[in-house]
Amino acid sequence: MALSPEVIRQHGLTEEEYARIEKHLGRSPNLLELGIFSVMWSEHCSYKSSRRYLKGFPTTGPRVLVGPGENAGVVDIGDGMAAAFKMESHNHPSYIEPYQGAATGVGGILRDVFTMGARPIASLNSLRFGDPSHPKTAWLLAGVVRGIGGYGNCIGVPTVGGEVAFDRSYDGNCLVNAFTVGVLRRDRIFKGTASGAGNPILYVGSKTGRDGIHGATMASAEFGEDSEHKRPTVQVGDPFTEKLLLEACLELFQTDALVGIQDMGAAGLTSSSVEMAARAGSGVEIDVARVPRREEGMTPYEVMLSESQERMLLVARQGREAEVLRIFHKWDLDAAVIGRVTGDGRVRILDGGQEVANLPVGPLTDGAPQYERPTRAPDWLPALQAFDPLSLPGPRDLGEALLALLARPTIASKEWVFTQYDHTVRLGAVVRPGKGDAAVVRVERTEKGLALSVDCNARFVYLDPYQGARLAVAECTRNVSCAGGEPLGLTDCLNFGNPERPEIMWQFAEATRGLAAACRELGVPVVSGNVSLYNETDGSPILPTPTVAVVGLLPDVSRTVGLAFRREGDLVAVLGETRGELGGSEWLLAFHQKLAGRPPALDAARERSLQELARGLVRAGALASAHDASEGGLAVALAECCIADRDRMLGATLQLDAGRVPPHAFLFGEDASRVVISFAPEFQAEVERAARAAGVPCAVVGVVGGDRLTLQGLLDVTVAQLGRAWRSGIPALVRQPGA
Amino acid sequence: MKVGVVVFPGSNCDEDTLHVVRDVFGHPAQLLWHKDRDLKGSDYVILPGGFAHGDYLRCGAIARFSPVMEEVVAFAGRGGPVLGICNGFQILTEAGLLPGALLHNAGQSFLCRDVLLRVDGSPNRFTGGLSRTATFRLPIAHMDGRYFIDDEGRRRLEGEGRVLFRYADDNPNGSLAAIAGVLGEGRNVAGLMPHPERNAEPVLGNGDGRAVFAALLGS
Repeated sequence: MALSPEVIRQHGLTEEEYARIEKHLGRSPNLLELGIFSVMWSEHCSYKSSRRYLKGFPTTGPRVLVGPGENAGVVDIGDGMAAAFKMESHNHPSYIEPYQGAATGVGGILRDVFTMGARPIASLNSLRFGDPSHPKTAWLLAGVVRGIGGYGNCIGVPTVGGEVAFDRSYDGNCLVNAFTVGVLRRDRIFKGTASGAGNPILYVGSKTGRDGIHGATMASAEFGEDSEHKRPTVQVGDPFTEKLLLEACLELFQTDALVGIQDMGAAGLTSSSVEMAARAGSGVEIDVARVPRREEGMTPYEVMLSESQERMLLVARQGREAEVLRIFHKWDLDAAVIGRVTGDGRVRILDGGQEVANLPVGPLTDGAPQYERPTRAPDWLPALQAFDPLSLPGPRDLGEALLALLARPTIASKEWVFTQYDHTVRLGAVVRPGKGDAAVVRVERTEKGLALSVDCNARFVYLDPYQGARLAVAECTRNVSCAGGEPLGLTDCLNFGNPERPEIMWQFAEATRGLAAACRELGVPVVSGNVSLYNETDGSPILPTPTVAVVGLLPDVSRTVGLAFRREGDLVAVLGETRGELGGSEWLLAFHQKLAGRPPALDAARERSLQELARGLVRAGALASAHDASEGGLAVALAECCIADRDRMLGATLQLDAGRVPPHAFLFGEDASRVVISFAPEFQAEVERAARAAGVPCAVVGVVGGDRLTLQGLLDVTVAQLGRAWRSGIPALVRQPGA
Repeated sequence: MKVGVVVFPGSNCDEDTLHVVRDVFGHPAQLLWHKDRDLKGSDYVILPGGFAHGDYLRCGAIARFSPVMEEVVAFAGRGGPVLGICNGFQILTEAGLLPGALLHNAGQSFLCRDVLLRVDGSPNRFTGGLSRTATFRLPIAHMDGRYFIDDEGRRRLEGEGRVLFRYADDNPNGSLAAIAGVLGEGRNVAGLMPHPERNAEPVLGNGDGRAVFAALLGS
C-alpha cells in the first residue's frame, strides 16, 4: 500500500527526504518504517541542521573520559573517580503542560546520567519565561517549578542551583533546560552499545502506553495557534518508578552481566535500539509482542514510537538474563527479554515472530540528511549595535535605581523557586542555591567537591551571537572559579528559533563559533549537549539562548566560599576593570525599555587570569566571599553581597573610583571579568600580591559593616531596603492571577 | 547499639541516615529491606525520609503495609526505640505508632529551608542532654509536614509531655501548636519532620544536627 503525501507530511518529512528513504531502501517503506525514519530523521534526533556546527567544539582534553555522542559526557575527577553530566531541553512540552513537561525533563536527564553507571548527586536547571506581565508567565513559572520539584524531590536527587530569567521573547515559548551530574568509578563507565551478536536485549522499567507518540517530531516544529492541542503528546512522569529504576540499575552495574544500556527518551524504543546498534556497528531484532504494555490493542507502530517514561533498554551477556531479571523484579519493575543483537546491520521488528519492519541501521543514523541551511546576518542588527547607551540619560537617584533593578524578576532573589526544591538530600550541598556564584556539592565519601553553574545572558547573544556565546562561557567558568573550582568540562543546551530562517541559522552559526572559541580560550572542553530548535510561536523567535553549564573540581570541599559578606571589618576589593559597558544591560531594558548596543568586550587572557586568581585565593583560604558582577553590574553585585544571607545581612562603606565613567554606567554597566571579594584585613597583602602577580587590577574599596550600603558620593541605602526589594521581585510576580 | 534503617521503595534518606549513624556516630548500622520480616538483631530502628511507595495515595499510607512494619510494630510493643524522620514520621502516624497526622503544608508547596527548633515535653530518651532554652537550626524538606491532631489528642499529648519539638520562630508549614515532633504513648517511639542527619557534619552548615541526632540516638 503506497503512503499518501498527506501521511508523509504528517510525519514531518519533506518530499526530498521521502525520496531519499525510498532510495536507501530500494522500495517504499511501510507505515511503521516511515514512522521510524521520521523520528530518527527529526531535527531532535538527527541534528540535521546543527551537526556541522557542533563539529567545531573542542571535545577532548586530559580529563575527558567520554565526549559528546553518548548518553552523557564523563570527566576524570581523580583517585579513580569520574563525573558524568549532561544538560537537556524540555521546552516544547513544558510550554504545553508545564508541570509534566518540566518533570519529565528532569526524569530524562537523570536517566541519561545514571545510564552511564553514575549515581546522580545534583541537578541544576536554567529557565526562561516571558514578560513578567504576560498572562501566562506566572502560571508557567509556578507549574515548571512544581514539576521540577515534584520529580527531583521524590527521586531524592538534590536540585542545588540554576537560573531563571524573563524576557518577552519567551512569551510563547518558555525554556526548561535541565542538568544533572553523577559520580562513578572511572573503570565502571557504561555505554549505549548493542554489541555481541546473540546477546539478549532487555526492556526494563515502566510499561509502554500510547503517551508521547511523536514527541520528537513535535519538538522539531514551530508552535502555532493549535499548540494547545498537542497536550496529549506530552508524557506523564512517575518519579517513584524512576527511583526504583535508578536503584535497580545501580545494583545491576555492580555485576558484570551488562554489555550496554540506553535510556528510552525521545523516540523511545526506536531511537534507543537504533542508536545502540549504530554505536556497535551491529544489528538488532526486537519483537514488539514481548514489550510490557499498559494499554490493549497497541500496534507495532505505537509501541515503537511511544515515549512512555521511565524505561531502559539493556543488552546483557548471553546466559545472564535470569540474573538481570531477578534484580529488576526485586524492585517490582517490569523486565522482559524482547530481542537479540544481530550482526547484519539491520533493525528488524517482529510482531509475534512475524516481521513488520526491516531497515538498514546506517541510513537511519549516519544516513540522515545533513543540511547546510542558508545563513544571513539580520539586516536590523547593525542599527541596534550602533546604538550608544550613553546617549540616554542616567537616573536622577542612583539608590532608587538600584532598588528598582534588584526587584526586577531576572535579578531578584529566586528563593521562592529553590525553596520548592529539595537541595539538602544526599548530604551534599555545601554551598546552597542562592548562596554562591556556583553551587558546591560534596562528592560522596571523599573530601572533594564539585562546583556547578549554569549561565547564559541571551540579550548579549541577541546583540552579537559570537560575543554573547563567549560571554556565557566566561561567566559560567567564572562562577565556578569564584567557588574555588577548576572547570573540567562543559555541557550545553542550544535553544534557538526556526533554523529554516537564514537569520536564525546565522545566529546559531555565530553562537556555536563563539562557544567553541571561548571553550578553547578558557581551556574547557564540551563533553555533552543538546540542540533545541524551532523555539518560536507564530513566527516570533526566542532570543538565541545557548545555555552552558560547567562542572568544576574542588580538591578540598571545605575550601570554598559563598557570595555574601561574612564578617564586620572585612575588606572589600573589586578585581578587574570597569569601563561602564551598558550595551544589552538590564539597566537599559529597565529604564529605557531598550535592548540595544554592543555586549561587553571579553579579553580571554584577562578572564583566564582573573579566574585563576579568584580560584587560587579561595583555595588558599584567603577569602571570606567572592561574587562576580553580571546582570545589573557592580552595584547589584555589591548589594547581593550585603543581602544574600537572609539571616545575617551586612552593610559596607565603600569608596569607588568611577574615574571618567558616568556614575550610572559605572554602577550598572555589565562589563565582563569582574569579581567582588571580601577578606580579613590580615590577608590584604597576600591578596594584593597575588593580584599583581596575575596582572589583574585589584582595588581595595572599603570595609564590611553596619546596616547600610554606602557608596560614597553615589548612593546610600539600608540593607533592609535592599533586601526587601530583592526578595519582593518573584513573589510579586507569582501573586498575579493565574499563578 | 545496632541501628537498623528501613528501606522502603522510594525511601531517599536511607543512605544519608546510615552514613551519619555509622560514619559520624560510629554505631554499627544496617539497612533493612521492607519486604523482610526480620530486623536482623537491630536494637534501634529508624524509618528514614523519602517518598515511600511514591506517597501517591497518602504519605505513609502504603508503607505501613510493608512486611517489615509488622516487625517494627512488634519491636515497638516490646519497648524498642523507633525513630521516624520526615516520611518516616508520616509512616509512624499511619501505622498508629504515633498520634496525629501530617497534612499538606499550609503554603501548599514543598518547602526546603532551615528552621529553628526548641525542645519541649517532659524528659525522655530522645532529647536527653539537649538544652531546653537553646534553639537548634535544622533543615526541613517536605510537602506534607503540617502536624494535626484533634483537641482531645492534643490535650493528652501536651498533658503527658509528649511534644518532642516545636518550631521556635516561625511555623513553616502551619503545624498545630507549632508541633515539629512527638512521642508515642510508650515514650519509645518518636517522630519529627526536620532532618537532623542533614547538618550533622561541619561542612554542611552549622552542625546543630549533630547535637540533635546524638540525643535522638541516646549517644
